[in-house]
Amino acid sequence: MQLRVRALESILTEKGYVDAKALDLIVDAYETKIGPHIGARIVAKAWTDPEFKRHLVADATAAVAPLGLTGRAFHLVAVENRPRRHNMVVCTLCSCYPWEVLGLPPVWYKSSPYRSRAVIDPRGVLADFGVTLPEETEIRVWDSTAETRFIVVPMRPAGTQDWSEERLATLVTRNAMIGTGLALTPGEIAVTAAT
Amino acid sequence: MNGVHDMGGMHGFGKVAPEADEPVFHAPWEGRVLAMNRAMGSLGLWNIDIGRFSRETLPPDVYLGSSYYRKWTLGLENLVVRYGLVGEDELAAGRALHPAAPVKRRLTAADAPKLLSRGSFERPAAAPARFTVGDRVRMKNMHPVGHTRLPRYIRGHVGVIECVRGCHVFPDAVVAGRGEEPHWLYTVVFDGRELWGEGSDPTLKVSVEAWEPYLDPA
Repeated sequence: MQLRVRALESILTEKGYVDAKALDLIVDAYETKIGPHIGARIVAKAWTDPEFKRHLVADATAAVAPLGLTGRAFHLVAVENRPRRHNMVVCTLCSCYPWEVLGLPPVWYKSSPYRSRAVIDPRGVLADFGVTLPEETEIRVWDSTAETRFIVVPMRPAGTQDWSEERLATLVTRNAMIGTGLALTPGEIAVTAAT
Repeated sequence: MNGVHDMGGMHGFGKVAPEADEPVFHAPWEGRVLAMNRAMGSLGLWNIDIGRFSRETLPPDVYLGSSYYRKWTLGLENLVVRYGLVGEDELAAGRALHPAAPVKRRLTAADAPKLLSRGSFERPAAAPARFTVGDRVRMKNMHPVGHTRLPRYIRGHVGVIECVRGCHVFPDAVVAGRGEEPHWLYTVVFDGRELWGEGSDPTLKVSVEAWEPYLDPA
């Protein structure tokens, strides 16, 4: 594929349709600037600022605009996990994903196993991630069939009352914002830091 | 189209296999093809829906057997040929053989930051929304051979309007060559048992984003 893609790029640049420098900038943006750390900041802010959380859940595009994102996150919807309700996001038809706040999707999100199973067996999918939820918890799966993009606001872990926004953001994993994981607990982050 | 891309509810693909410490790109060509797709899309010849349809119409065995970025490569090759920007002979030769086709816009490095946002798909509405929050709707049982964002697993099923998202560009129309033809877009939520029968997880609810032409009152 390396050769095939290089050939395509040289044709498109020789013909002047694209500028290789522009391609470099796009690749660099996704490799170094746009990633799940943006979503983690948004979630941490929602955990600490009730007014921001209300705004985020009501109109996420407007709520995140002042946070200095690289691109405006149009049609962004934030869905909040609660003790009796867990949200999970999928795109069964392709691989729609909130690039502006989570960066590019991981391979598993774009894979046939996830796209096929998330809507019929979400608890089975959660088990593949080592996550078990109480039997009575409602599981809500959001199939991203339009340009609407979803980010899950996971529940804030216990024992973090006096944590700063910045420190809280370290608990917010990408999978927690897709709904295939939960936010890390202070204990889990301590283990991660030690290894 | 009833293609293999429409995967909701299919069995047999196995477990989800997350990769620890996954890199953004697994090889440099993946980043190049992603950037080329963004850059060529900005020429304004096709939109995101036409790009999707180009991948959906790959032969089923190719679609299922290709990685995400391989599909993006094949889909882009098909588009540049179809829109007369590149000849099949040029793809075969791996270099330009003919003069460039005239295009309205060309992407420069200065334009690149703009490509990091998808832009808005909301458009002014020509008519008021037909449905409101709480309405019961039945998804149309339709099987168009062209592009649609109505997945098979909800066709014919009854759900409830949970949210009115505004009036959005209608992918079915764009790919059919009718232009944007904006329609009202709704979040429609279904009980797991409505979709998957008595054996379904009783705690499951699934929603889709559905344009008004996909819906009938129930």
